[in-house]
Amino acid sequence: MNWGSGAEFFSMGGYGFYVWGSFLVTAACLAAEPLLLAARRRRALERLQAERQRHEAAA
Amino acid sequence: MKPRHKRLALIGGGLAALAVAAALVLNAFQSNLVFFFSPSQIAAGEAPRDRAFRVGGLVQAGSVKRNPEGLTVNFVVTDTAKDITVVYTGSLPDLFREGKGVVAQGKLGADGVFRATEVLAKHDENYMPPDAQHALEQAQKAQKSLRTP
Amino acid sequence: MSNRLINWFRYGSPQSFYPLAGRMVPWFAAAAAVTGAAGLWIAFFVAPTDAQQGEAYRIIFVHVPASWLSMFLYIVMACWAGLGLVLNTRLSAMMAHAIAPTGAMFAFLSLWSGALWGRPTWGTYWVWDARLTSELVLFFLYLGYMALNAAIDDPRRADRASAVLALVGVVNVPVIYFSVKWWNTLHQGASVSLTRAPSMAATMLTGMLVMAIAFWMYSIAVALMRVRSIMLEREAHTDWARELKESAA
Repeated sequence: MNWGSGAEFFSMGGYGFYVWGSFLVTAACLAAEPLLLAARRRRALERLQAERQRHEAAA
Repeated sequence: MKPRHKRLALIGGGLAALAVAAALVLNAFQSNLVFFFSPSQIAAGEAPRDRAFRVGGLVQAGSVKRNPEGLTVNFVVTDTAKDITVVYTGSLPDLFREGKGVVAQGKLGADGVFRATEVLAKHDENYMPPDAQHALEQAQKAQKSLRTP
Repeated sequence: MSNRLINWFRYGSPQSFYPLAGRMVPWFAAAAAVTGAAGLWIAFFVAPTDAQQGEAYRIIFVHVPASWLSMFLYIVMACWAGLGLVLNTRLSAMMAHAIAPTGAMFAFLSLWSGALWGRPTWGTYWVWDARLTSELVLFFLYLGYMALNAAIDDPRRADRASAVLALVGVVNVPVIYFSVKWWNTLHQGASVSLTRAPSMAATMLTGMLVMAIAFWMYSIAVALMRVRSIMLEREAHTDWARELKESAA
């Protein structure tokens, strides 16, 4: 174990801004991408539903 | 030749031509891609005289002299063959250490002293815990003392 | 032989790959979560402090995996794009499009974490040395690839044009990798290479490799998610898409 206390863990030996700045932005990007993809899938399925209805109306 | 094979050949040929072109361009730009010059290159007159450039090498152990008033620092940059004295006023990066890599930007004066406007630390690709480094240094010292009895 | 070729082409068609990709996503996502958690644990609680850089070196656990993935994903993307160009299959171009945004994200993260690492260690967020510049070129290649795709209305023409761009850009990947050998750079050489033993303590190396596996699994999961949406968007007018038992609810 490297850290004596929580405060020590967050300060990262004085480099907290740089270390957490890297890890948090990475985490935010990796979390945002699947959410954006879920939204994209929902839109695609809605359009597909509209396409189905058009097709049925034409048939 | 089937159309698919013809297309494949065309793409392959195009890529090969591009690769050759890129290699030539990179080769031509080689001189401009030099991020820093070593003290030996400077001694050989390869560095520009009239404009700012960067010098890179190791900070010679024991050469760092800090001016008691102000932030001015003198140190010697060496590539073990040649060396050059650097004068710099300003704050130094955390990893600026004697015996470690450094890259300084500035101009070479007529007196052969390099007046730096920016000093960057260049660290190596070794990562190890402090006790391991301590052990390594001890081992190197022991080896040295064996070689020069 | 001909049978196997037919089979291969069958899986290369969107209607058979769509459900297969859907079944694979949760497995790769779970693998990414498990390896990611293990990697973070090693990065912060197992790997020791670095002798020279103190705690600042811990940025390596996101910086190096993100940089590796940005280069690796570019090569995979270019392979799919090239395959699409030569074989003219629908799935190949869709796979290339699905990889591009994730690759661009990792290129961005490599530059971002590199800047935050450079400031406390080198003393600067950015320098125009060969390694940093060529990684920035990689980021722009991804953006250019996506912009070209978005700019051309006819999807088949967009596929071909962007595939050529992707293939041309492959030249940049070895330039990034070898830049620290070919030129004097501020960026240090590689800590991990195929030709010699890694210059890192074992636990640090383990943490980095586990994080790299996590990013890799993540990339596969999101690329498969994205390719499924691309298939639905592009093939909404086809019978197989209309007959899917899936809806937005």
